[in-house]
Amino acid sequence: MSENSSDNAYWSANLRLILGSLIIWAIVSFGFGILLRPMLSGIAVGGSDLGFWFAQQGSILVFLGLIFFYAWRMNKLDAEFGVGEE
Amino acid sequence: MDQFVVNLLFVGASFALYIGIAIWARAGSTSEFYAAGRGVHPVTNGMATAADWMSAASFISMAGLIAFTGYDNSSFLMGWTGGYVLLALLLAPYLRKFGKYTVSEFIGDRFYSPTARMVAVICLIVASTTYVIGQMTGVGVAFGRFLEVSNTTGLLIGACVVFAYAVFGGMKGVTYTQVAQYCVLILAYTIPAIFISLQLTGNPIPALGLFGDHAASGEPLLAKLDQIITELGFAEYTAHHADTLNMVLFTLSLMIGTAGLPHVIMRFFTVPKVADARWSAGWTLVFIALLYLTAPAVGAMARMNITELMWPEGTSGQAVSVEQIESDPAYDWMATWQKTGLLGWEDKNGDGRIQYYNDASEEMQAKATEEGWEGNELTNFNRDILVLANPEIANLPSWVIGLVAAGGLAAALSTAAGLLLAISSAVSHDLIKGQFNPNISEKGELLSARVAMAVAIAVATYLGLNPPGFAAQTVALAFGLAAASIFPALMMGIFTKVNNKGAVAGMLAGLIVTLIYIFLHKGWFFIPDTNTFSDADPLLGTIKSTSFGAIGAMINFAVAFIVSKASAPIPQEIEELVESVRVPRGAGSAAADH
Repeated sequence: MSENSSDNAYWSANLRLILGSLIIWAIVSFGFGILLRPMLSGIAVGGSDLGFWFAQQGSILVFLGLIFFYAWRMNKLDAEFGVGEE
Repeated sequence: MDQFVVNLLFVGASFALYIGIAIWARAGSTSEFYAAGRGVHPVTNGMATAADWMSAASFISMAGLIAFTGYDNSSFLMGWTGGYVLLALLLAPYLRKFGKYTVSEFIGDRFYSPTARMVAVICLIVASTTYVIGQMTGVGVAFGRFLEVSNTTGLLIGACVVFAYAVFGGMKGVTYTQVAQYCVLILAYTIPAIFISLQLTGNPIPALGLFGDHAASGEPLLAKLDQIITELGFAEYTAHHADTLNMVLFTLSLMIGTAGLPHVIMRFFTVPKVADARWSAGWTLVFIALLYLTAPAVGAMARMNITELMWPEGTSGQAVSVEQIESDPAYDWMATWQKTGLLGWEDKNGDGRIQYYNDASEEMQAKATEEGWEGNELTNFNRDILVLANPEIANLPSWVIGLVAAGGLAAALSTAAGLLLAISSAVSHDLIKGQFNPNISEKGELLSARVAMAVAIAVATYLGLNPPGFAAQTVALAFGLAAASIFPALMMGIFTKVNNKGAVAGMLAGLIVTLIYIFLHKGWFFIPDTNTFSDADPLLGTIKSTSFGAIGAMINFAVAFIVSKASAPIPQEIEELVESVRVPRGAGSAAADH
């Protein structure tokens, strides 16, 4: 099955999805939570700023969303490409 | 009822539950022992993995570290949850598809090399053992405190309990026991937090209360906290003071380490389908997030409560008097914890009051001279007591204190059991069956797994009894090693065509360089005073030894690619293996031929 073109399309769709998800993963944690925090300092959230919120709460919530989104998309892709489990 | 009796009741009842479940679910066949017959539902598996993952470090220690440092320690929150994204996207579904029992089996087969498998087994044993030593130390401290026995006795009791359900229950026993432990652990963590959040902010959800208003002053809680602690000369709670590069690398190390820890990865072998492995990582993070979203609130609110207790008239009024600490029931926790030696105060200037402030701050030194203070008088506040002492600090009912005792023990014990299982399967399945005696009977393999587990408990208990002095660093070492060795090998095995030589060279390079960097800063084999550098002034700029795992991982990747390019490409059948783990179809049969 290795040379099967539909497998390759499936795999590159998966890689695109992973890449997109990891970009969001990095932006909310390393970005908003740490490096870009000064940029977000103007946005007040309950006694602190948005960067603090992302570092202590927001990034975790986004991580959760990412994993469930990925699972849902991949299970759909499995069906579309007919590579899912019986 | 006496607090000691209440603690005993809660701890005793929770243990009876765990042991009962372990006996009820005794494992029979080898595959049940390792992977519970692959019959575990993703939600159940997620809950068990969460209990497995959240150790004494998450439960007992993390909120205390955040409380006294504030924003800078957000790395723990992002690092220990962000790793699950890597796990869910990059590893879990493919390893489940591969369909074997252990991480090193995958590395051995994928890199068609017994050497690669051996190197992986060594990495796993080193990382897991160091991690379990830290847990056993935590078990000892928690048992000692709540059963009011010595640390040594507490540790021995804890070791017997771990032995009972890990050795006789196997994975299935552990899985259901850990579901029960998760429930105890999360209730124990959130119930006091809800009480405290209601007291301070009127909001029953701690994560929202943290960003809400302080009920007593009407100001936002975090702004109020920043204000009172800066008045005492401490750094602002919400501001960024840490070195940014080190903070990024530390967060990354914790993330990669999470995705490379064998006892967590093993969990994803136990779900029925590849699709379930994807969901399972999500459910695990749901259950972990319940604690991790609460932890920063616990930290900030405890800091607020402690500061207000020390300055009952506000930071501009008089400090708390020694007489009040000794007679007011609201301060009983101070006497209780003073006995453990983890909390201490001293009326240095003899004014009958305990001034708590930052005596390293120049501004405060000027004020101290004016007021006649002679240094901070809350002389010792161990970070690790914060969560356990928290319900007492907030004056909560005694059943809450008993519940927290049971929760802390559940956290430490469940992780110890999961790690011991990973060690035992590495020894019996990978070393003995895979290397020395491939014809070993199923019974013999099961026996050797149990013997390995008993030996590992004995070693960890012994080292826990005579702590080599690196309890806090132990966890960081385990993460750094897993990050530098296992994670890159697994990821390259799935996503690239790196060959056997590349993988072995990469793992060895990552492992050795990381170990050397850690030893240079923490002492060779952790023997005190043999270190050349310290984390206060690290070898490479601002990169502390706890953050080096991320660099080790990069070295691993780089070496693997270079060596792989310079040697023969992977054979056809391995190419096919890589293609097959990338698609879910056929996962059931892959598991069945084992």
